[in-house]
Amino acid sequence: MAKITYITSDNQTHTVEVQNGLTVMEGAVQNDIPGIDADCGGGMACATCHVYVKDDWFNRIPKKEDGEDDMLDMAFEPKTNSRLSCQIIVSDELDGLEVNIPSKQA
Amino acid sequence: MKKTDALIIGAGPTGLFTAHQLKLIGLDCEIVDNLDKVGGQCIELYPDKPIYDIPAVPECTGEELTNNLLNQLKPFDIKFHLSERVEEVKKEDNDWLVKTSSGNSFLTPNVIIAGGVGSFEPRKFSPKDCEKFENKSLFYSVKDKNIFKGKTVSIFGGGDSALDWAIELSKESKVNLIHRRDEFRGAQATVDKMHELKEAGKINLFTKYQMTNPHGEQTLESIDIKHDNNEIKNLKTEYVLGFFGLIMQLGPIANWGLNLNKKTIEVDTEKFETNQKGIYAVGDICNYPGKLKLILSGFHEGALAARACFKLARPDEKYRFEFTTTSTNLLKRLGKKE
Repeated sequence: MAKITYITSDNQTHTVEVQNGLTVMEGAVQNDIPGIDADCGGGMACATCHVYVKDDWFNRIPKKEDGEDDMLDMAFEPKTNSRLSCQIIVSDELDGLEVNIPSKQA
Repeated sequence: MKKTDALIIGAGPTGLFTAHQLKLIGLDCEIVDNLDKVGGQCIELYPDKPIYDIPAVPECTGEELTNNLLNQLKPFDIKFHLSERVEEVKKEDNDWLVKTSSGNSFLTPNVIIAGGVGSFEPRKFSPKDCEKFENKSLFYSVKDKNIFKGKTVSIFGGGDSALDWAIELSKESKVNLIHRRDEFRGAQATVDKMHELKEAGKINLFTKYQMTNPHGEQTLESIDIKHDNNEIKNLKTEYVLGFFGLIMQLGPIANWGLNLNKKTIEVDTEKFETNQKGIYAVGDICNYPGKLKLILSGFHEGALAARACFKLARPDEKYRFEFTTTSTNLLKRLGKKE
C-alpha cells in the first residue's frame, strides 16, 4: 500500500492509498482522479496516462522499459521527467510518490 | 444515398469479422473507416508486433491478422469507404441516416460501431499559436512535396515518417530535423541514413528540442525551439511538418445520443445494442460489466450484434441458426457449393 499524490494542472491535489501491484494509472482511474484517460487500458499502446514525476522521485522508481519512450514521443508536452503512469507499479517503496498530470492527454 | 442492411464504422479486426458474420447470415453491409487502410489499431499501432492471444492462432502480427481477416472476407462482396469519417447519425423513420466526411450518405436499419477508441487523428503541436499556420505553412502530413522545393522545412518527430521526409526533402530543400530526445524510433537503416546526411551537411539535426513558438503574421517566418536545458533557439523556416504519430479521438460519436462512459459506449450483452435501437457497439469501444479489451471479445460481440441486425433488416423473416460445416445455405454464400 502506498499513498500517492496526483496534482492536476489546475493545482488540485488528490492523495489516495493505492494497493501494491496496481499501477499509478489504475490508482487514478479507480479513484476518479481527472486528467488520466488511459485509452488503451494500460497496454503501453497509447500515451494518454502521461504524468510528470517529481524530480526527487524520478530516479527512485523503476526505470522505463523498451517502448515507453517511443510512446512518450507521442504524448502531449513530454518533458525529461515524463512517464506513462500505467508502467509504474505501486509498492510500499512508492509511499509518498507525487505525480503531476499534464493539462491534457490528447 | 446508399441503402444497406448494416453499416459498420471501423475496419479494425472487430469490424472486419462483424462484416463476415453479417454476410454469412445473408445480410449486406458496407464499412467506413477514417484511416486510408483497413486494420485499425492492428495496422496503425502494431503492424509488426506479434499477438499471442488470438484463439487457434499461436502467433501473428497485426498485419498478418488483418490479411487473414481480409482473406476470410474474400467470398463476399463488401464495399469499403476508407479515409472517410462518419460525421452524423440521424434517425429517419425506422432507419438511420448516416453521413460521412466525403459527402457519402447511407440509409440503414443497423449501425454497428466498431470504432476502437475513436478515429485516428494526427497528434498536433501543443503551442496554441501553431493553429493559425495549420494547412498553410504547418502540416501533419505531406500532400504535395513540390511546395517545399528550395525552401526551408523544419520537421519535428522521431519516427519513420519524420525521418523518411527529412531524407526525402533534403534533396531539394533545406531541412531542420527536431526531436525531443537523442534516440529515434525509426528503422535503423533510416536512422543511419539520416545521420549520414547530417554529417554531409544536408540535414540540420536538433535533438532534445521541442517547439515553443511559431513567429509570423500571415505567413510563417521562424520558430523558437527549446532545449531540455531551457536554451532557446530561433530557426528561420518557411514550412513546419509535425509527425508525432496518431492519437485516437472519439470525435463525432460523442454527439449521437449514446450512453457514454468515459470514452466507451454502454451496451447490453445480448445484442451489444446501445441505448438507441439499431445502433450497436462492439470491440474496444463498447462497455459492459466484465468487458475485456481483447480482439477475441470483439469477434464474439460482432457475431451477436450481426444476429441482432437480422431482425431489423429482415423483419418478416425468421433467423435460423446454422453451422458452416453443414448448412447448404452458408456453404453457398461462402462459394463452396453451387
